[in-house]
Amino acid sequence: MMRSTAAQAGIRPADSPQMARTLLAIYPQSSRRYDEMLGAGGEVRAHWKEFFEHLDRASPEEMHERLAFVDRRIQENGVTYNVYADAKGADRPWALDPLPLIIAPDEWAEISAAVAQRATLMNAMLADLYGEQRLLAEGLLPPALVYGQHGFLWPCRGTRPPGGVWLHHYAVDLARSPDGRWWAIADRTQAPSGAGYALENRLVVSRVFPEMFHDLRVQHLADFFHDQQDGLAALAPVDPGEQPHIVLLTPGPYNETYFEHAYLARYLGYPLVEGQDLTVRGDTVYLKTLQGLKRVHVILRRQDDDYCDPLELRGESALGVPGLLNAARAGRVAIANALGSGLLTSGALMGFLPAVCERLLGVPLAMPSVATWWCGEKPALDYVREHFDELVIKPAYPTQRMDPVFGNELKGEARNEMLRRIEARPHAYVAQEMVNLSQGPTWSRAHERRLLARPVGLRAYAAVNAEGGYSVMPGGLARVATGANARIISMQRGGASKDTWVLTDGPVSEFTLLKPSLGVRDLVRSGANLTSRVVENLFWLGRYSERFDDSARMLRVLVARLVEAGGQRTPAVRSALALAEHLGVLPSPEEDGEVGEGSEHSLLEAIYDPDQPGSLAGAIRSVMWSATHVRERLSLDHWHSLNRLQREQQAALKRHPSMTEASAFLDRVLGVSSSLTGFAMDNMTRDDGWRFLVVGRRIERLCFLAQALVGFLRMESARGPGSLEWLLELTDSIITYRSRYSRAPELLPVVDLLVFDGNNPHGVVFQAAVLGRYLERMRREFGDTDSGELAAALEALLAWDLGSLDSLHFSENRVCAASLELAGLLEGLDEAAGHLSDWLGMRYFTHVSDVSRQTIAL
Amino acid sequence: MERAPVRYHVLHETIYDYGSPVSLSQQQLHLSPRILAWQQIEEERVDIEPVPTWRRDGFDAFGNPVSWVAFHAPHESLTIRSAMTVAVTPHLPTDLDASPPWNEVRDRLAYRATPPLPEDLDATRFLFESPHVRVKHELADYAADCFPAGVPVLVGARALMAKIFREFKFDPEATTVSTPVMEVLEKKRGVCQDFAHLMIACLRAQGLAARYVSGYLLTHPPPGKPRLVGADASHAWVSVYAPGCGEGWVDFDPTNDLLPDTQHITVAFGRDFGDISPLRGIILGGGGHEPEVAVTVTPLDAEALPATIAAKASVA
Repeated sequence: MMRSTAAQAGIRPADSPQMARTLLAIYPQSSRRYDEMLGAGGEVRAHWKEFFEHLDRASPEEMHERLAFVDRRIQENGVTYNVYADAKGADRPWALDPLPLIIAPDEWAEISAAVAQRATLMNAMLADLYGEQRLLAEGLLPPALVYGQHGFLWPCRGTRPPGGVWLHHYAVDLARSPDGRWWAIADRTQAPSGAGYALENRLVVSRVFPEMFHDLRVQHLADFFHDQQDGLAALAPVDPGEQPHIVLLTPGPYNETYFEHAYLARYLGYPLVEGQDLTVRGDTVYLKTLQGLKRVHVILRRQDDDYCDPLELRGESALGVPGLLNAARAGRVAIANALGSGLLTSGALMGFLPAVCERLLGVPLAMPSVATWWCGEKPALDYVREHFDELVIKPAYPTQRMDPVFGNELKGEARNEMLRRIEARPHAYVAQEMVNLSQGPTWSRAHERRLLARPVGLRAYAAVNAEGGYSVMPGGLARVATGANARIISMQRGGASKDTWVLTDGPVSEFTLLKPSLGVRDLVRSGANLTSRVVENLFWLGRYSERFDDSARMLRVLVARLVEAGGQRTPAVRSALALAEHLGVLPSPEEDGEVGEGSEHSLLEAIYDPDQPGSLAGAIRSVMWSATHVRERLSLDHWHSLNRLQREQQAALKRHPSMTEASAFLDRVLGVSSSLTGFAMDNMTRDDGWRFLVVGRRIERLCFLAQALVGFLRMESARGPGSLEWLLELTDSIITYRSRYSRAPELLPVVDLLVFDGNNPHGVVFQAAVLGRYLERMRREFGDTDSGELAAALEALLAWDLGSLDSLHFSENRVCAASLELAGLLEGLDEAAGHLSDWLGMRYFTHVSDVSRQTIAL
Repeated sequence: MERAPVRYHVLHETIYDYGSPVSLSQQQLHLSPRILAWQQIEEERVDIEPVPTWRRDGFDAFGNPVSWVAFHAPHESLTIRSAMTVAVTPHLPTDLDASPPWNEVRDRLAYRATPPLPEDLDATRFLFESPHVRVKHELADYAADCFPAGVPVLVGARALMAKIFREFKFDPEATTVSTPVMEVLEKKRGVCQDFAHLMIACLRAQGLAARYVSGYLLTHPPPGKPRLVGADASHAWVSVYAPGCGEGWVDFDPTNDLLPDTQHITVAFGRDFGDISPLRGIILGGGGHEPEVAVTVTPLDAEALPATIAAKASVA
């Protein structure tokens, strides 16, 4: 690749008229900040040149398309970041600027070495502080920053994690000062987040600029994750003959970075588990799976350490795994990072790192930390008092809840109050020099074609590899502030992120984790690691997705009849309304209200209003809820369909749609629903999880069909003209019927098709028979026997004489009585299906409500 | 003056009647007494019913004996009986006035970027906030009049103990195990755990090291009445760092306003109650039943009965 030198690349400053068209013309340069893209003379830096020119050539339309692509990918992949501050706890779409932060090879070599060294240092510090504590004995660290921290977990003292590795993954926030040097501004040793987002950013941005990504020789990220996998597997304390079993422990869907947990679990191929999925028996950690307990060797932990074991750590935590520390103590499980690692997150340690590094590693610290004064030392406190305006005050203990305070922003009484607080507990505060972050270009969404200059920071990642060293991710999560003058970059505060392109002079590794090569021993055929909780959620996903299909079908029947009748209350309209009420799709009419009143308004509410009981929107919400809990099991396409659906419903809710629109929406819902079904039939592995999904679906459909038929058979109004037609529509059997009987529907053949025909996938007997087969399989696999109630109810139904509905032979009264008889049998089947659902829950599910609790005796 | 050790038999019994089956239970026991320069353990055993599925014994990070037990089979009750025979040698400090000035001790414990003395470093484990002990300026203010500059650290501690004893009322109804120190300070009521936490918090707020001690206290029956079996419970008091005085740590019992000697049997010490709760567990299932706890402390050598202590000695 040709790279021009900086001098050749020099682009004339903005005042030159013929250059007014370039993006540089109105790109603000800064004397206070280092600019990632421009040199001091305003020229584009060599490693940015090619990319910049590509960008400069792009038409506004092209860039518009690129932005739209980014937004679409983010939305469809469901990349979100939960914002704690949001009262509704809503997920916010991940903010991604399409322009990468580009870093030159030689510069990266330095950063990478420094990050690896820092990870090594942090690991050695943890080993010392939870072991011998030479650093304290030699006065290299103040006891206040160790014993004084809630993050120092006393019960972990004296434990020795497998391989002596405490820190398996590490992140450090870097910033570049005006002189071009990189500084470490924050160490992340608890459970560093963001690597998954960096990966997602890469997948999106590399497709936004595919030629550039290739031509510039950007280093790929997959090798890093592969090293991480190998590193974890190498540390797994396996017994002879065991394969390492690694799980990713998440606090659950309400965590701010849950998306990332699910994403990484899928990418790395680890089961995503919550605390209640794990159990400790003696010294050993097990995963509760459908097949029983399965040993876990490594826990990739995304849950804070003090919440990990309520027996010895925070007792009030329901999130943890009681007894985990004992398993760690026995060396029977590797926890990544080891419990207690959060200790080093304190910014107050930074000032001590140079001496600690010399002592523990015998070499100087490669990358400086931002200048830091821990107020617990008298001279430092004096300095802070004198230079208050130049400093940022932060808590020395990360567990303290306090936002950084900028000295020069505090005036008068507020300033005195802050100083008093520091004087009262000096060891609890740390002061840092204000860093003038470097700036980088971001693409303006508000303008036709414009680059903005925004402060930028980089979070770099390191992971322990199989050789016991640290691999550094070639790239990282670059973050940009929202305003040009922002001093803090925080995703919580509305910042955006960028992909980071580390260029290489050497070959680009083409390795990908998406299709790793596995040996025969690695082959996994069934979902052996299925947790009971996942199975429970899949079961409910099956039930809810069938329920929303059923509701949509009922509503479509209604809308179609109403439109057809042009506002008239025809018998067909009245019977359909009555059945919708019977099924709870429409609210029951007020007392004294005429049956089948069902205004247009209440119909729209039943479609769009999620707070309306039994509404379609509510059903969609339930599907989303259960899907959220098994997100790592669903393909992205599956997820896309669900996301799109909910967006449509939410958008419509604000618009007061017409009946025609509602009808179109219902068609789309049914389209999505059938694509979901198609996905489940076509794309999901036939493991036990899938079977529970299908069982959930069949139970729901059986109940729906039985209830609909019971209501229909008992309804006087259903004997009027047009009702059998919509019943066939409701049960999605109209095409089959027409192909068999080319005449208007009649009761006997309709009942035969909807109840007794064992080949109709929308028929009652079909559902019951399929359920029977799955129950039989469970009997074989798990040795469990259900009550047999469903089989008995099915037998009773099959023994019933369909001939008694024959109107050629019997009077209308006889047929009527026979209908009621059949309704009774169907009711029995509906009940049996309900009981079966309860039994499955009792036998196989986790029972989320059954949580552990703490007991204390004096 | 050398005095003979006093021997005791202690029985500490805890019964959980869960009401409904507990399917899985894990318990951490801080019941076995630690050996001290003035305390020998002649015999000691912990019996558990039902028999645990799994058990491990060891020492915690503060050197206290600890056991972990687990029950994997459903059970409706749990009984833990800890029995011991201990001999406590008299160890009252000879002269509180001879202890170093408190501000000198405070300065010794402050960080100076040089290697600290090992005993000072050891003491800093008990110098900072811990989950049950907040360190706030209100606490420093409360204790300020006990610590004028230059006062010997143990004299200051004794004054603080007396102040707490005077101003606080023993009231088992006022607090629970999770009542914060600041609330105790405000209410002026509590039990021995609260007074111990409060005194520790005041001492740490002065920059002094103080640890939480759990154990048992010989309770004296009213004259002429037999000793009530099971009337007692576990007790808690405070130990203050005073370099150069005996073992370097001197005990204070703010609940009784006295310096523990042979009437106190030590089980464990830590930063606060949380480090050494006698019995802490996590159970799955069970109803909402409170445990029944009974402690009986019997002097083995009748003639060695110590002098009568304050009437308020029957405490928890």
